[in-house]
Amino acid sequence: MIELENVAYDYGGGALLSDVTLELGAGSFHFLTGPSGAGKTTLLKLCYGALVPTSGQVRLFGADLGGMDRDDIALARRRIGVVHQDCQFLDHLCVADNIALPLMVAGRDLLAEGANLKELTNWVGLNARSGAFPPELSGGERQRAALARAVIMSPDVVLADEPTGNIDWDMSQRILSLLVELNRMGKTIMVATHDLALIRAAKALVQARVLRISNHGIQLAGSDL
Amino acid sequence: MARSGAVIGFFLGEPQAARVVPPTGFTASLTLLSAAAMAFLAIFALALALAAGRLADRWGAELARSSTIRISAPEGQMAAQTEAVLKVLKTTPGVASARVLGKDEQQALLEPWFGPDLPLETLPIPRLIAITETAQGYDPQGLRLRLAAEAPGAVLDDHTRWRRPLVRAAGRLRMLGWVSILLIALTMAAMVSLAANAALAANAQVIRVLRLVGARDAFIIRAFVRRFTLRALTGAAGGVFLGGLAVAFLPAAQPEGGFLTGLGFQGWDWLWPLAVPFFAALVAFAATRRAARKTLEGMS
Repeated sequence: MIELENVAYDYGGGALLSDVTLELGAGSFHFLTGPSGAGKTTLLKLCYGALVPTSGQVRLFGADLGGMDRDDIALARRRIGVVHQDCQFLDHLCVADNIALPLMVAGRDLLAEGANLKELTNWVGLNARSGAFPPELSGGERQRAALARAVIMSPDVVLADEPTGNIDWDMSQRILSLLVELNRMGKTIMVATHDLALIRAAKALVQARVLRISNHGIQLAGSDL
Repeated sequence: MARSGAVIGFFLGEPQAARVVPPTGFTASLTLLSAAAMAFLAIFALALALAAGRLADRWGAELARSSTIRISAPEGQMAAQTEAVLKVLKTTPGVASARVLGKDEQQALLEPWFGPDLPLETLPIPRLIAITETAQGYDPQGLRLRLAAEAPGAVLDDHTRWRRPLVRAAGRLRMLGWVSILLIALTMAAMVSLAANAALAANAQVIRVLRLVGARDAFIIRAFVRRFTLRALTGAAGGVFLGGLAVAFLPAAQPEGGFLTGLGFQGWDWLWPLAVPFFAALVAFAATRRAARKTLEGMS
């Protein structure tokens, strides 16, 4: 699905990531952990083509990112659902419209997709809030709406950046169970988080690989997790 | 058919693309107002250009086909020289007709300066012969030489001396009108570009979100272009309506008023202002498209 081979990324002030090799295979579940500023978000951005590596190769669904133009990357992103920590909504659109945004940009008929949209908002428990606007939502509601938007195109891969960063434990568990459910449906999942309790809780639900960023590279986390 | 469908679809369809851009902001009023003001000015420039064009055509047509021969000769030779001039004109290629102006006509010509009771018989008034040219016209230099030989008192006035500056002035005025329209279009393009750039900068987060969810550049560009094109179309339509009203209520053409009272649209000319909103929309379309492309390239 997504492969990084000897990837390095330099922010200008020195190397943030170097010699990173990673493969997100179909149906896999990965956690990406590490201290703040270690490069978790950068690594996720490299995985969906929002950043271009300083060196090395990123392949999205077999295609080299370096050889893709903006339209190719846009099309690849329709196969990758992204959940941002700050959710990134359009505040002038209601929750239902924000969830349907990937359908809009893909030129899909929203009326024809109405049933799917309703099912999805129901799945994330936001049916009653679908007419609300993003600033009116709680942290947990925002994360669930972001997750719904990330999966509405039925992507092959879901990348989540600190999806439980600003929410309580119960809501974190709920988000986690939704991600596990997606993985059971065959989706490839990668979650960047510094919440070790969440990773431990996930281990009981799903077979996940835990990767830790340290010294600019990634390594498989030990038994301490 | 497919193209017209695409144009109609651009204005009426694809509400999804239109919805992703926040509907408000100062750029909306800026585009609307500048389009209205520019269209209002364009109407006057258009009226000026068309009126100047009509004037140039009229002066050119009225004066190009006629000329005059003035015979100043002693009383005893007047008839003979007039006869000689008419004879020369009869055999001059390019002269359609020639006739001696009668006393009444000469009286009418002089009346504005000397009044109706001028005793023409007692004054040494030169005799005038009016010439009408054929479409090809005659050779004035050749005619002058022949007149000098046959009737030394005859002087040819082919009107070119004073016709040319008038026609040139009217032509310049017409050009000035069109240059004004061009400047108005460029100014509007600049205003819309500024507004579009401001809107794109203000909506950088919207663009980031759209890209995050897989929007292609064409979708993002269309969303902004559609918004600005419709605003320019609406604003310009308002400006044209007000400009058209103002022009319609200008004083009607009067001979005493000369050029100024002839400023306006006549007959089919009224169709020109209808094109202004569409032209404004076209300018806004091109300007916003260019601005959006540049912004998206800069953000990649």
